[in-house]
Parts: sequence; C-alpha cells; structure tokens
Amino acid sequence: MNTTWGEIEHAGLHEIRGPLVLVRGVQGVGWDESVRLRSTSGDTRAGTVLEVDRDLAVVQVLEGTQGLDLEGTTVGFAGEVLHVPVGDAWLGRVCNGRGEPLDGGPPVLAGTRAAVGGQPINPTLREPPRDPVMTGVSVVDALTTLVRGQKLPVFSVAGLPHLQLATQIAAQASAGDEPFAVVFAAMGLTHADGAAVIDALEERSARGELVLLLNTADDPVIERLLTPRIALTVAEHLAYAGGRHVLVVMADMTSYAEALREVSAVRGEIPGRRAYPGYLYSDLASLYERCGRIRGLPGSVTLLPVLTMPAGDITHPVPDLTGYITEGQVVLSPEVHARGIYPPVDPLASLSRLMRHGAGAGRTRPDHLDLAAQLLAALSRSRQVRELAELLGAAALSETDQQYLDFEGAVEEGLLDQGTTESRSLDDTLDRAWQAVGRLPRRELSALDPLMVAAHLDVAADRGVGEEP
Amino acid sequence: MSAATATTGTIARVSGPLVEVEGLAGVAMFDVVDLGPRELPGEVVSIRDGVLTVQAYEYTGGLRPGHPARARGEPLSVPLGPGLLGHVFDGLLRPLSGMPAFLPPRPVGGGTTPGEWHFEAAADPGARLAEGDRLGTVDPHGAMPLPILVPPHVSGELTWVAGSGTYAADAVVARVGDTDVALTQRWPVRLPRPYRSRGYDARPLHTGQRVVDLLFPVARGSAVGVPGGFGTGKTVLLQQIAKWCDADVIVYVGCGERGNEMAEVVSELSELRDPRTGGPLAERTVVIANTSNMPMMARESSVYTGMTVAEYFRDQGRHVVLIADSTSRWAEALRELASRTGTMPAEEGYPADLASSLAAFYERAGEVTTLGGTVGSVTVIGAVSPPGGDLTEPVTSQTERFVRCLWSLDHDLAYARHYPALSWTGSFSRDADMLGGWFIHHGDPEWARRRARMSGLLAEADRLTSLAELVGAGTLPGHERVVMLAGRLLRLVVLQQNALSPNDVTCGPAKGAALGDAVLAVVDQCERLVESGVPATAVEEVDFGPLVRARSDTGADDAEGVNALLDEVLKRLAQLT
Repeated sequence: MNTTWGEIEHAGLHEIRGPLVLVRGVQGVGWDESVRLRSTSGDTRAGTVLEVDRDLAVVQVLEGTQGLDLEGTTVGFAGEVLHVPVGDAWLGRVCNGRGEPLDGGPPVLAGTRAAVGGQPINPTLREPPRDPVMTGVSVVDALTTLVRGQKLPVFSVAGLPHLQLATQIAAQASAGDEPFAVVFAAMGLTHADGAAVIDALEERSARGELVLLLNTADDPVIERLLTPRIALTVAEHLAYAGGRHVLVVMADMTSYAEALREVSAVRGEIPGRRAYPGYLYSDLASLYERCGRIRGLPGSVTLLPVLTMPAGDITHPVPDLTGYITEGQVVLSPEVHARGIYPPVDPLASLSRLMRHGAGAGRTRPDHLDLAAQLLAALSRSRQVRELAELLGAAALSETDQQYLDFEGAVEEGLLDQGTTESRSLDDTLDRAWQAVGRLPRRELSALDPLMVAAHLDVAADRGVGEEP
Repeated sequence: MSAATATTGTIARVSGPLVEVEGLAGVAMFDVVDLGPRELPGEVVSIRDGVLTVQAYEYTGGLRPGHPARARGEPLSVPLGPGLLGHVFDGLLRPLSGMPAFLPPRPVGGGTTPGEWHFEAAADPGARLAEGDRLGTVDPHGAMPLPILVPPHVSGELTWVAGSGTYAADAVVARVGDTDVALTQRWPVRLPRPYRSRGYDARPLHTGQRVVDLLFPVARGSAVGVPGGFGTGKTVLLQQIAKWCDADVIVYVGCGERGNEMAEVVSELSELRDPRTGGPLAERTVVIANTSNMPMMARESSVYTGMTVAEYFRDQGRHVVLIADSTSRWAEALRELASRTGTMPAEEGYPADLASSLAAFYERAGEVTTLGGTVGSVTVIGAVSPPGGDLTEPVTSQTERFVRCLWSLDHDLAYARHYPALSWTGSFSRDADMLGGWFIHHGDPEWARRRARMSGLLAEADRLTSLAELVGAGTLPGHERVVMLAGRLLRLVVLQQNALSPNDVTCGPAKGAALGDAVLAVVDQCERLVESGVPATAVEEVDFGPLVRARSDTGADDAEGVNALLDEVLKRLAQLT
C-alpha cells in the first residue's frame, strides 16, 4: 500500500509458531513496524513487528503462516508503522478486511497516507456532540437518538436481526442536508451475511457514500484486528478533511474480541476475565474513542458497534467493557423478537446518553424529549402492570392500570414495528409516538405540557396525524 | 533534568510499552528515562545485570534497538505553581490547551502553562524562614490568591526576594539559605508531600446531594469509594459533587474515561458560576484528562499526579476534593503492567500488591496541619467500575476496606430512573457518628436523630415492600402501610434529586433538613390518622404533590418554601379526620 519497502529482505526465518514468525539478524527494525513476507511460492503477506529484541524480531503475520517455511521465506521491513492511503478514493469501494479490493477494481490509491493506529483526540479540542444522525428507524430516532460524534452500540444475541438493523441504519442514515458517508467494517461475518450486507448497501455504494470492508468468518483471525482500524482511519479522513458526517458501523465486535483473545493466547499473555487479555478495555477504547467532533474542523465520526452477547449475558466482558466506554446502548430483546416485531428493541433497557443534547428544540422537534420521556415512563408502568396482572389477574387491576395493560403492545405495533427497508421521517415517527401516548388518559400525561398535548392530540384526532410546523 | 546529569544508554529490546535499556549507569528505580530520538518518557520498573526495564508512558511504535536512552536523574515529577487552576492537563500534568487536535507521542517537556503571573513578596530579606512559610503570593487580589511557600526540606535566611511584578511560571523569586525558590516547584508524584501532623476534627464536606449529606455524609479529609456498574449514573454524581460541593479546590482526574465526557465536564465548568467567588467554577478546578485511549502507563500515573496537585493546594491551607473516575481503570493499568513484566498474578490477574497500592492511595487523603501551620485537607472520592456490576471483584472489595464511606450505586434504582441511584442498603458512612456530634454544635442538633429515623423507615419499608409483593399490600395492617408510604415519600421527596432541574441540582443544608423533617412530620401525622381509625387507603390516596414537587419548586436554600408546602399537605391530611 504505497509503502517503500526496505532494500534488504531478510532470508531465513528462525522459528514459526502459530501466526508468529521469528527473524534473526535484523537491524534497525522498530516495534510495531509493518512487514511484508514473501513465501517460497511467491505470494506476499503482511505482518507487524510484535517485539524486537536486539537482532531478533517477532513478526505477527496477518494472513496466517500456512505455507511458510523457514528456508525459502523472505521478510522485508517497512521502516514505519502500518499506514493506509486515505481519501475519497475509498468511497464506493468494497474491500476485504485488509483494504484490498473485492470488487474487481484497482487497489485503492491516494496521495495521503495515515497510520492505522490513530492518535488520541485532545480532550480540550473535542466539541461536545450536539446534532442528531437521523436513521429512519423509529425506535432509534424517537427514543435513543443517535448523536453526531457519539458511540452507540447495539447489544444483541445470536439469532436476532442485529445485522439487518445495522445494515438498515447504514443504508438510511443521514445528517440533514450535510454531506454524509458510511464506513461499514464487517468482522467475522459469514459469506451469506456478507453478501446480504453488500446487497442492501448497493444503492448507497453507487452514490459514492459507502466504504465497505468485509472480513469474513473464514478470513485469518489477525486480519480482523486490522479491519476496524483501517475503517476508522479512512473515516477520520473522510470526516475531518472531507467535511462529512461519517457513520462507522462495526459488526460484529464480539468476533473482533475473540480474535484479540486468540492472538493474545498465541503470544502467551496472561489471560484475564474469561481468558480475554487484561488490556481488552484499553484495546476496545482505542477503537471506540476515535469517534467525536473536533473544534474548528468540519464533519464528525459516529460509531455504531454491533455486538452479540454470548448466551445473552450482558455481564460478559465484551458488552460489559463496551458499555463502560460507549455512550449508551440499543438493546435487542428475544421476547420482542418472538412477538414478531422488527426491530426487536427493548426501549427500557436502551439508552442514548447524549440524546438530551442532540434532540429537542432546534435539533429535532421541540416536543421530542418530553414525548420520549413520557413514553418511556408509561412503558415502564405498563410493564409493571403486566407483571401485576400475571400475579393477580387482569380483573383485579384499577381502571387506569387497565389502560396501561395494552400500552406496550400499542407502542410495539404503532411505533417500533417497521419494514426492513422502510425509512420513516422524524415527523412520522414522532406522530406515531403521540398516537401511542394518546391512548392513555390525559391526566396520566404528567411529563407533557398540556398545551403541547392539546396541539398534538386534538388536532391529530381531526386529521388523523399530529401537527408540527 | 539538565544535560550535565544525563547519562546515555542504548535500547536493546522493545515489546510494546516495555523497553529494555543497556549501558545506563547510576539509575534508580522509578527514575524517568527519555527513550529514542523523540525522547518518549518512561519509568524504570526493574534493574538487573546492567539491564534496565523501562515502562514507556507513550506509544512506542518505531522505537528500535540501537536508539539512545537518557536518564533524567529524577523520578516522575510534576511542576506545581501558577497556571494549574482552570486548566486541563494529561496524566503527566502536561498542559493540553495549545496542543494539536490529535495528540502525538511527545517528551515530558517543561510542563508549565505559558503566561506571566503577578507576584507580591510577603517576607523581607533577612527573615529566617522554615519550610512551609509564606514567601509571597501570586495574584493576591484575585478570587484564588496562590501562596508561594518555602518548599519542604528547605529553611534558612531569606537572602533575596523579587519585587512585586509579573514573572514567568518558572522564574526564581527568592533565595532561602542557598536554595533558589521559583514560582513553580517540582515534586515527585509517587511521594506523599509532607505535613506537620494529621488532624481528626470531623467537619462535613457539604456535597449538595441530599442522599449523601443526610444519610451517608463524608468528613473533610475522608476517603470515599463509589462503586457502580455502567449506566448507574456514577459520572453524573461525581460531576455534581465537583460542581456543587463546598471545597476550595477540585482536582478532577478522568482516568481512562470517555473523551466526550471530559469535553462535557470542561465546557460545563466554564459555564457555571461559583456561588462564592462569582467567577466560573472552572477557576477552582484542575482537570486531569487521561481518556481511555491515551497510553496506559500515563493512566497509571494520572491518579498520583492528581493526588500531588491536590496535596499542593492542601499545603496552602485549602480544602481540596480529589475525584478519581475511575480507579478501576487505574487498577487495570497496574494489572497490565504486572502482566507485561511477568509478575505472578494474584486474584483475577491483578498483582498481589493491589491492596497495598489502593491503601497507599487512599491513605494520602486526610486533614492535616501543614508545614506552615495552617489546616488543609484532601478528600478523595474514587469511582470504582466493577466488571459486570460484580461487587465481589478485587478492586471493589479491596477499596471497601480502605475507605471511610462507600456510596454504592444500584442498577435497579437507575433502571427505575431513581437518581442519584445511591443504594441505602449497600452504602455506609463511618464518618456519620462523628459528624452527628459536629452538627449538634453547628445549628442542626436534630441531624443524627433525623438520619436514624430515615434509615430505619427506609429499611422497614424495603422489608414490607417485598412482603407486600407476596401477599398484596391490602392485607398489611394500617401502620405498616404507613411505613411503606414513608419509604415512598422519602425516596421521592428527599433521596431523588434531578440534576437537570435548576432548583434541585444542588441542595443547601437547611433545605435538605427541612425536606427530611417535612416527610417525617407527614409520616407522623399519617400514623396518628391511621391509629385514630382512618383507613390506610384513604391516607394513601391523599395528594402529596406539593411535597413531592417541593425539591424542584423551591430554591436550593429555601427551607421556608419547603415548610409552606408541608403546611399545605398537613392541611389536606387534617381534612381526613
């Protein structure tokens, strides 16, 4: 990738173990430097320097070491850490997890290169996130608004349509009239899933608004550690140099973390919780923290990591540490899924911590925040009432509680449930929310200004929809 | 520090942040070594057979065997002087303002905030001065005058002192004995700063959070652990305390936390006014921002850096609150370091000395008589982020042993949108008894009795609520239903606090006491009614609205307003008879 390789290619390896190659007799090789290996049969592979001890370099081979031998393999060192080309040339491209074309096109070239590791953003120059990314997905836009510069993960379990939801958001998301792009980093996806993603995002790709990096489940595991880093490096340039609002979708982070664990085990590191390395938090943070907005620069980087919780366990290290770093979470629920609702989001377990800055007057609609708070409060009561009804029987409920009993169902059917290619406008979404809360007695709408209630519900009764100038 | 003392060696091995250096003599453990051509700082973590193992504070990509390594001849030290308050620093106390948007690996550097400060001498040449005596003051007429003191271990005759004027932060302004004293003094972060004696006169740190001030109070100079899983509102609670507690100086250490959150803290602190000085709250605050993607070793040092800054202000007779969010990230950095150096792991991979590291950190809290004879304090509030919300994990369980107060945040309360989600069953305050004595002589003799009654009612209400879930509330006798009502009212009226409501964001001692007393008065009245034969259902159906809204309808110090609303509710109850 536009890298000038060192003149000297070292021949003769010392040892090969798992994805690691030990090279003796090296000089002037730096840690984390990028490496190119050429096997006896002539194919080349990429690697990085894991450790350099006097004249011995330990190299981690990205594509795996299958077919490498001690005698015929040559090793070249780049003299710098791994860089990728960055620029608009990435838009509209489909590449593998190392950034090599899968779409039959030429290699991605650009005048500017950047180190994939990135550098931490100076906290004093961070602009607190303020404006929404509209996803066209009602439950997200209404109740857990995604804010530009935020990191908001989707927590799911195997068998739920999280990938479909992530793809739908990637296809539909926009930032008003401002330039927008999506970088989709697929990690450990099956070929079928990968094909579905390519298919669903075809239109966006054709418009030149998409970069797709596809690491499939049978690709080398180490490559998976690189995929999100390339995606973020490309995204940062599209955002801060290109002035775009960039949404980076990373699916599936659990596959990423498992790759990290596998590599850590090969390196012989002391395992931490559930055998994940002790630096899992720092490593995840080095990805998630690359979102944000920067004072004085246009654009933003917004992150939507998707992760499956093994056995639905939210205390598993991957969702747990993710939750500590990210700014909220969208939680998918098997119960909601079983009721045939798509997307099967559990609104009460979901939260967007930055929503109060990114929604409301001047951002989305003046009634948005109060409406969302009222809807969630009513939903919480609805759930309590349902539990009570299961214990005591619905007949024992008070008249008010009776009206709460079917509220959750109304929200799921009226607001949550939507087609996998259906993009709803914010007005449509919020009007649906009004219709849902409108089923409750007026005295129960204590979080809402009575004037606002009258404006939305009384007019809605006449026209069948809510009203907002 | 100076070129004359530096010796140079050669890098032999690089494995991530762990670097081996050969040929460097006369270097002590924990001394700082500058690595490679970019002079990346690192700390000596082991010495064996002429080979130093150095843990780098920065990303070491590109560092290679053969690169030079220079010893600085001192352990990690930070510059303490003017330009700390109101500014943001990284974990090594390097100023972040003025740095580029993306932070490159960089040397330790001088580290002072650029600018000039107005200094006025307070001692005359010829005077005999001891350590901790005042030489003069920077910005003597500002909101936060900064005393310049004779450094620890220095004493003698003041042979020269600079005249009033403006000076750079590193300017020498006096000579005591044969030691030059500059506006800015360096101090090694891992070494606690000396003081004359420790004091144990308990007086409360008023936090403005009712659940803390009324139930789990903290004394100045005490140590608090705040465990809570993600989403329990830990950071919001700590930020509220940073904004509204009655300390003189706040040192806020963001240790491995979110960058957007640090940006939020900084921007909110610059917008909010300090009620005592009228200036921005930022001017009493030092922010140390080590976000979670900054190098791990700088995270390890950031809590010590923050503590050293806190002690510096303590030594000037200030009452300082050090907030560390989160100590778990610090402990994880210790674990990562131990794992890389091949130390034998103990519980969950943490090093065996985790407990002593935590103890040493929390023991740097305290109220002291300073070397200069004034009284200052450092109160430490450390957040703990237990993995999976598991409170039995090593960092949480060890922290509990060394702190005097524990504010345990509860996931179920947060889920029910009860904020601050401070659990009254899982928290404790070992300062409460002592502080009860203080309140007797300082205007609130009822404090301890009120606390005992509220705790009792909350515990009894919890017990009855779980009973009622089994048998139905209707089957409980009237007075027990009043206890359940009392628990509900205490939660809604006293314990919950809305960080977004201008009136409720903080709460003065008088209003807090009035709210507590109001609920207890209503509960007493309800008990009397039920005893006199009024059905419990009738009591429960009374509209307690005015009382529930009291915290957001009255100003932060408006006890009178609370009492007026109480009267309204008592009148409604009176109509039941």
